[in-house]
Amino acid sequence: MAVAKLEQLSQSVVQGPSLATGAIPTKDWMDIPVVFKPGNYAFPAKKDKVEYLNSQSGLHFPNARDWSPEDDDWQLPENWKEIIINGLRERLEKFRSLKIFMDCCVRCGACADKCHFFLGTGDPKNMPVLRAELLRSVYRNDFTLAGKVLGRLAGAREVTPEVIKEWFMYSYQCTECRRCSAFCPYGIDTAEVTIVIRELLHLLGIGINWILEPVSNSNRTGNHMGLQPHTFKDNVEFLADDIENLTGVRINPTFNRKGAEVLFITPSADVFAEPGLYTAMGYLILFEHIGLDYTWSTYASEGGNFGLFTNNESMKKLNAKMYAEAKRLGVKWILGGECGHMWRVVHQYMDTMNGPADFLEVPKSPITGTVFHNAASTKMTHISEFTADLFKHNKIKVDKSRNDYLNVTFHDSCNPARAMGLLEEPRYVLKHVVNNYHEMPENTIREQTFCCGSGTGLNTDEIMELRMRSGLPRANAVKYVEEKHGVNMLSCVCAIDRATLTSLMSYWNPNVGVCGISELVGNAIVLDGENRAELDEGLRTLL
Amino acid sequence: MKYAYSFLAVIALILIAWLGSQIPGMQYFFGVAVPYLAIMVFLGGFVYRVVYWAKSPVPFSIQTSCGQAKSLDFIKPNRLECPTTNAEVVARMALEVLTFRSLFRNTKSEIYDGPKITYESSKWLWLFGLMFHYSFLIIVIRHLRLFLNPVPEAIAWLDWADSMFEIGTPAMYMTDAGLLIGLLFLFTRRLFNRQVRFLSLLNDYFPLVLLFAIGVTGVLMRMFLRDGVDINAIKQLAVGLATFSPVISTDIGAIFYIHLFLVCILLIYFPFSKLMHLAGVFLSPTRNMRNNSREVRHINPWNPDIKPHSYAGYEDEFREYMVEAGIPVEKEPTPQKDEA
Repeated sequence: MAVAKLEQLSQSVVQGPSLATGAIPTKDWMDIPVVFKPGNYAFPAKKDKVEYLNSQSGLHFPNARDWSPEDDDWQLPENWKEIIINGLRERLEKFRSLKIFMDCCVRCGACADKCHFFLGTGDPKNMPVLRAELLRSVYRNDFTLAGKVLGRLAGAREVTPEVIKEWFMYSYQCTECRRCSAFCPYGIDTAEVTIVIRELLHLLGIGINWILEPVSNSNRTGNHMGLQPHTFKDNVEFLADDIENLTGVRINPTFNRKGAEVLFITPSADVFAEPGLYTAMGYLILFEHIGLDYTWSTYASEGGNFGLFTNNESMKKLNAKMYAEAKRLGVKWILGGECGHMWRVVHQYMDTMNGPADFLEVPKSPITGTVFHNAASTKMTHISEFTADLFKHNKIKVDKSRNDYLNVTFHDSCNPARAMGLLEEPRYVLKHVVNNYHEMPENTIREQTFCCGSGTGLNTDEIMELRMRSGLPRANAVKYVEEKHGVNMLSCVCAIDRATLTSLMSYWNPNVGVCGISELVGNAIVLDGENRAELDEGLRTLL
Repeated sequence: MKYAYSFLAVIALILIAWLGSQIPGMQYFFGVAVPYLAIMVFLGGFVYRVVYWAKSPVPFSIQTSCGQAKSLDFIKPNRLECPTTNAEVVARMALEVLTFRSLFRNTKSEIYDGPKITYESSKWLWLFGLMFHYSFLIIVIRHLRLFLNPVPEAIAWLDWADSMFEIGTPAMYMTDAGLLIGLLFLFTRRLFNRQVRFLSLLNDYFPLVLLFAIGVTGVLMRMFLRDGVDINAIKQLAVGLATFSPVISTDIGAIFYIHLFLVCILLIYFPFSKLMHLAGVFLSPTRNMRNNSREVRHINPWNPDIKPHSYAGYEDEFREYMVEAGIPVEKEPTPQKDEA
C-alpha cells in the first residue's frame, strides 16, 4: 500500500472531511457503516499462527481460517452472537473497570480531541468516547434496563456482523496509550475498553497477524522476532564486535548463565534492528563499565509482551517466562531494558499474574548499594531507575561532549508515563549525558505525552498512512523543537517507539533521528582501557 | 432531534403533573404516593447499581499515573497525581471529586495549515460544570429545611448565605442562578460544540432539560407564582413525608406538584442513567488505586492457572543449536549413534 505523499497528507489532515476540522457527518454514527479497503486495516492473523496458539495450554484462539476484512462474510462461528454476549457478560463479571466505564460516561467530550488517532484521521469514531460507545451501545442493549426498554432512543443497538466489523476497525485504531484517561473526569480508560473489544473479537477468530505472529514467536522461541537461541546470541555478539571496533574494548556477554546476580531482559527488537541495536550496545557498554554480574537469557529473550494486545491469558503466559527463567537461573533480581508496554505489564500486571516472586531478592544495586524499595515485591527494576541511581552516586565516568553532535529532546512513552509514572528518571539520565537538550511543548509530554501512533501491535507497514496520521501529533511537537531549537534527535525509552518513530520522523521530520536513552549513555561512557577514535556519529559511526 | 425529544418528554411530564394534580383526589397520588415511590426506586436502584459494580473484582492494578511516581530518594514524587499511600489516594480522589481535577486539565486542539496542531487551555467546561454541580449540591441541602422541624442552624445559615446579596423580593438564591446558567452552558455546548453534538444521545439532553425544568419551576414558585403557593402547606407535607405521616392540604398550587413530580422523575431516572457517575467516580480503578504495584502485590481473585511454554520444552526443541552455540543446557544431548 503506497503511502500518501507528504503534501497530500498534510493537506488532507487539515482540510479533509472530518470532525476534527469542522465538517459534521450528516448521519448518526450508528448509520455509518465501516468500509474496509487496502490500507485501512491490518492483515488478519494467518491460519497456522492461530491454530498454533489455540493448541497451547491455557490459551483459547478458536476459529482459525483464511479470511480478509474485505470479505462480506467473515466466516464467524454459527453461534457468534451468543459467544459475544456471553463473553461480554463474563468480562463484566471479571472487571469492575468495565462496568464502571460502561455506566458512568456522561459524554462530556473532554476526551474527544485528546486522541492522536482522532487528530490525525478526523474520523469521529476515533473520539475515545465514541470508540467506547461502539461497545457501550451493545452493553446497553443486553445488560441495562433503559436499553432494553427504549432501545435506540437510549443509545442501544443489537450486535450484528456490521457491529463486529466496526469493533475490528476501531479497536485496531487505538494504541491503548491512555492519554484520554488522563483527561477524563471519571478516569475512564479507553485502553480497558479496547482490551475487552479485542478479547471479544479473538473469541470469534478475529485478530491481526502483526500481533498474533509475535505472540506465537514469543511463546515458542522466547522472543517476538522468532530468533532462535543461537541467533539471539550471535546478534548480541555482533554488537560486542561492533563495540570492540569502535572502542577497542572487548565485551563478553553471557547467556543463560546460572548464578549471575542479575537477569537482564529487554525487547528483542533491541538486538535485531536499528536503531534499537545502538541502545543494546549502550546496555553492553554500561554493564561492562560498572562490572555488573548479569546474564542474558535466550528463553526469556523478550521484554515486550504482545499478549497484552490480545487477551489477559496470553499476556500472562508470555510474561510467566520472566519469573520462570529468573528462578531457573537462580538470579537475585531482574533488570528490565527500555520498553513501553513491557513496563506496563511489569509494573501493573506481572506480580499479580505470576507472583509472588519470593525466590528473588529486593533489587539492590551492587554498585551503589541502593535498594529499590519501589520494586520490593515485583523484584524488577527499570534500566532508567538503575542508571539514574548510578549517576547520582557518580559511578559512571562520562564525556558528555561525545553527544555534542546531537541536539536532543525526549519522548515520554505512553506506558512508562501514564501507567508507571516514570518521568524524571530518563530526564535525570539525559542531563548527565547530553549538553544540548530541549523539551517539547508541555501539552505533548509527561502525562500528556502523545503516542508514537503505532503501539499495541499496529506498527505494520500495510497501514502506514494511518500510522503517519496517528503519529502526526507527536511528529508535530518534534517539528516544533526542531524548528525552534534545532533538535535533531528524538530520544525515548521504548523499543516500539524506536521502530515506529523512525518511520514517523522520516516521513514528517526527515532530519530528526531516533534513539534510546541507553545509546546516549553508552556513547558518553569512557571505558577503562578504551582506544576510541573520533566517532562523528557516536555508536552509529561506520568505521 | 434528540434534544427535541427531551423537550417533548419534559413537557409531557409537566402536563401530566399539572393536569393530574387538578383532578380531585389525585393530590395524594402526586404529593405522597409518587414521592415515596421515587425515593424507594432511587435508594433501591442506587444501592443495586453500586452493589452490581462492587460484585466485580478489580483484577489488575490499573491506576493512571499523571505525575512522577515514588522511586528513588532524589527524585521528587508527585503525591497527588501519582499516589502510593492510601492517604495520597484520598487526597487525589478529593481533588477529583471536589475540584474536578482531570477536567481542569482540559485543552482544545486545532489543526492549521502546515499541518500544525495547537493545544490551548480550555477551562469553560470545568468552570460551568463545577458551578452547576456545587449549585445543585447546595440547593439539595437547602431543601432539607422543608423536611426538618425545627430547621437546623447550619441549613438556616446556608440559606442566608445563598441569598445574601438580597437581589429581588424574596431574595434570589445565587445557587438558583448558578444551576440554571450552568445547565444552559452544558446544553448549548452540546448543541454547538461539533464533536459533542455528534456523540450526544437523548440520554444526554434529557437530564439537562429535566433539571432545567426543575430549576425553573422552583424559581417560579419562589419568585413569581408565590400567591398560588402555600408554603406552610408544603412544609407540612414535607415534614409529614419525612415522618411517615403525610398530610395533604388542598390549597397547594399546581406549580408545586409540577416541581415535585419532575424531582420524582429525576430520582427514578437517576439509578438507571449516566447520572450514576455520582457514585461511579469514587469506584474508578484508574483513579482510586495506589501506584505501588511493584512494591505491594495486588491480588486477582480469578487469576487463571496458566503456565508458560516450559523451559524444558524450549530446550528440547533447540538443544542442539544451543550446545553448538555454547549456550549452557540442562540436559546434555544424547550422543548420536553412527549408522555404521
